[in-house]
Amino acid sequence: MSESKKTDDDRGVNRRKVLECMTWAGTGVLWTISGGVPRSLGIIDQALAAEPSKLTFLQISDSHVGFDKPANPNAIGTLQEAIGKIKSLPARPSFMIHTGDITHLSKPAEFDNADRAISEAGLDVHYVPGEHDLIDEEVKFYRERYGKNAKGSGWYSFDADGVHFIGLVNVMNLEAGKLGKLGEEQLKWLQDDVAGRTASTPVVVFAHIPLWTVYEQWGWGTDDGARAISLLKKFGSVTVLNGHIHQVMQKVEGNVAFHTALSTAFPQPAPGTAPSPGPLKVPDDKLRSLLGITDVNFVRGQQRLAIIDKPLQG
Amino acid sequence: MQSLRPERRSRPLGAVLLVAAFVAATLFLPGGARAEDAAVQIDDFAFSPPSLTVKAGTTVTWRNKDDIPHTVASSTRMFKSKALDTDDSYSFTFNEPGSYGYFCSLHPHMTGKIVVEPANHAAQ
Repeated sequence: MSESKKTDDDRGVNRRKVLECMTWAGTGVLWTISGGVPRSLGIIDQALAAEPSKLTFLQISDSHVGFDKPANPNAIGTLQEAIGKIKSLPARPSFMIHTGDITHLSKPAEFDNADRAISEAGLDVHYVPGEHDLIDEEVKFYRERYGKNAKGSGWYSFDADGVHFIGLVNVMNLEAGKLGKLGEEQLKWLQDDVAGRTASTPVVVFAHIPLWTVYEQWGWGTDDGARAISLLKKFGSVTVLNGHIHQVMQKVEGNVAFHTALSTAFPQPAPGTAPSPGPLKVPDDKLRSLLGITDVNFVRGQQRLAIIDKPLQG
Repeated sequence: MQSLRPERRSRPLGAVLLVAAFVAATLFLPGGARAEDAAVQIDDFAFSPPSLTVKAGTTVTWRNKDDIPHTVASSTRMFKSKALDTDDSYSFTFNEPGSYGYFCSLHPHMTGKIVVEPANHAAQ
């Protein structure tokens, strides 16, 4: 099993600096190489071993149940493999988050099949919608299933083991020529949601489209994402988890760590390396190295969460 | 119809006139579309052509050739397709001259425009 570990062990040096976003080629290379690098037990793992009180949760994303095109004719199958991988983890996670595009076309049968596969993990799942989950004609299936207790178009927050989790929706009412959007109502809610919380509370924000601009030409960003981040500036540790782009990218800016997840369905090209962001057809024996899940560990006393991307197959 | 010439002398006059009418309709419309039929292809997350000029009364049909669903949504909410899966199509008839911007509501960086001109040429 191969894993790519991305933690920030030297944050003491880098805390105040804006770290360079890993360039695409860089991340891609890192990812490729990581397939052959043995898992190393670093500082985080030692800390985990010594620290009984920790929170582990999983992120899955972009299941696209119903997708059957050449890039992966069996998206439900690879979702089931991902769930199998979750079930086989040595330490049972506390819960899962799903960062959207559960289905490909928002069809009831696709939601049903996704539910059936994901529930096999036996974990609570906290969802946010992707644009593919809101394309039924009445735009109601997602909300009926997952958003009953949410605010507005589906945003909400919850707490787990002292960490504050915020699920945001940035795929509704998008405007011509623009990127993802949170909107005024949601930003106001976010401001109120975090108002009374102490700065030492670790915060995890999750949404479908990246909250920072990954690649504007392909619409990979959120126009008012920076406003959301600015509302969180008092917090010492903010982790932003996104999906949508079907590949791992990360950057660290001050106290904020951004990370995007692999899809469980199909990879998409690195920015600018293809005519469009459409599904990337790779050789069959390579597909599972480009799909996967994300394991997130929070260790009390650590400033940052340890984020580990696990492909279905190394 | 200045440029029309019959391909075969033996062809009956009626057929020639039919061909003439068709060619006339084609010649007067940019992009080679017939008077009441024009097409926009959705491919590689783009509308092609991104700007299309038609005569009033023209029905424009968008067809999605991508492996990802798209929509065709008027910037002024005048028209909107449902999500178009691969090879699905959507048609809208433009009766009034004007410029009509549209986009994909799922991938809003995808934008296009239909320019509708008065229909007077088509009547000639």
